[in-house]
Amino acid sequence: MIPGPFAYHRPASLREAVGLLADLGEEARPLAGGHSLVPMMKLRLATPAHLVDLGGVKELKGIRGEGGEIIIGAMTTQHELVGSDLLATKIPILRETALVIADPQVRYVGTLGGNVANGDPGNDMPAVMLCLGAIYQVTGRGGERRIPAREFYQGAYFTALEPGEIITAVRIPVPPSGHGSAYEKLKRKIGDYATAAAAVVLSVSNGKVATCSIGLTNVAETPLWAEEAARIVIGSALDAASIKRAVGAAEAITSPATDNRGPAHYRTKMAGIMVARALARARDRAGG
Amino acid sequence: MAKSQISMTVNGEAVEALAEPRTLLIHFLREQLNLTGPHIGCDTSHCGACTVDLDGKSVKSCTIFAVQANGADVRTIEGMAAADGTLHALQEGFREMHGLQCGFCTPGMIMRAYRLLQEISSPTEDEIRQGIAGNLCRCTGYQNIVKAIQYAAAKMNGVPFQEAAE
Repeated sequence: MIPGPFAYHRPASLREAVGLLADLGEEARPLAGGHSLVPMMKLRLATPAHLVDLGGVKELKGIRGEGGEIIIGAMTTQHELVGSDLLATKIPILRETALVIADPQVRYVGTLGGNVANGDPGNDMPAVMLCLGAIYQVTGRGGERRIPAREFYQGAYFTALEPGEIITAVRIPVPPSGHGSAYEKLKRKIGDYATAAAAVVLSVSNGKVATCSIGLTNVAETPLWAEEAARIVIGSALDAASIKRAVGAAEAITSPATDNRGPAHYRTKMAGIMVARALARARDRAGG
Repeated sequence: MAKSQISMTVNGEAVEALAEPRTLLIHFLREQLNLTGPHIGCDTSHCGACTVDLDGKSVKSCTIFAVQANGADVRTIEGMAAADGTLHALQEGFREMHGLQCGFCTPGMIMRAYRLLQEISSPTEDEIRQGIAGNLCRCTGYQNIVKAIQYAAAKMNGVPFQEAAE
């Protein structure tokens, strides 16, 4: 399969990239790792006249800590997330999630920015970003703005990005030390999208859940932030009754499609089971 | 669409060719450089038969444009054996351990295993299985592929290969 013809641009700076995207308008698409876009182009489901390859823009690379945040450049690959000692120490859920995305070859190329910007409800990082309360740093010709991940996703492949804007970095508030986290993903095989998945970050104090946040993957048109489910477990000792109520609250906000991963009601139940497992594992990993 | 000049190092040699931007790296390698070792299996970035080494990463060359690899250092299965024909430890391992039957997936398997062993010189069986998770084989059931990679790791580390008990 061969994609349709396009003109290729490889800007060396963010300013140049944003200028190109603004000038070329709707005919242009930014190219990050390309492992969602190129298959779409091969199927001719996407036929951009111009590709603006962000691979040469150095400002979009790298992982660094700044104050209470970790800032990850949008072109940082999943492989680089897996290999980062800083992330392994401070936000281990990112490594855990990256490792269940696709396969090693795809992870060498696929980027965090592409994963969160594409708006594909099957992508794993968006729910983790909702869970962590990440902020997307966005640049367009008009300048820079910041969009909370929890306000970014509007529908399948439909996000708060304006035409010509790109995500340049993801800013993640570092969870408290001693927090526990888990990303539980049910999938049919390596490389598959989730039948359902849940991200949990929580902290424990005196045997009770002090803080908790829960995100859900691929059980609606957008990733979901399960605010009510998290509220239910806060203050509890994660006893069976609290977990059951939280699972119910998480299931209630899902609206998965029936597809070849299973019928909708099955995927809703699996989302609940992923929440219960992720809560238990995050609790085991938490200090306090 | 205008063709652009693409230059890269492939198996240690500088190459240059004209290609349209939409030319995928796998087509560039196979059709313009006549390197038909990398195979097109699924053409959808699932099977890994097209895996090559690009700037120290294993990539699926069916999902990368040749123009993205402009200036890169690429290695394919053709670049694995020594100039005198001596097989690379991985090639030897696949032969000795019967790591292939039809052989279609083998170039991708070997190129992926090559990078894996660069990153983890003595991988566990689980690390090998996770490491080749992006490469499909429809013949062997993977057992002998894992052994072949263990054989190569042992040889590259200069230690005797001990086949694990069944």
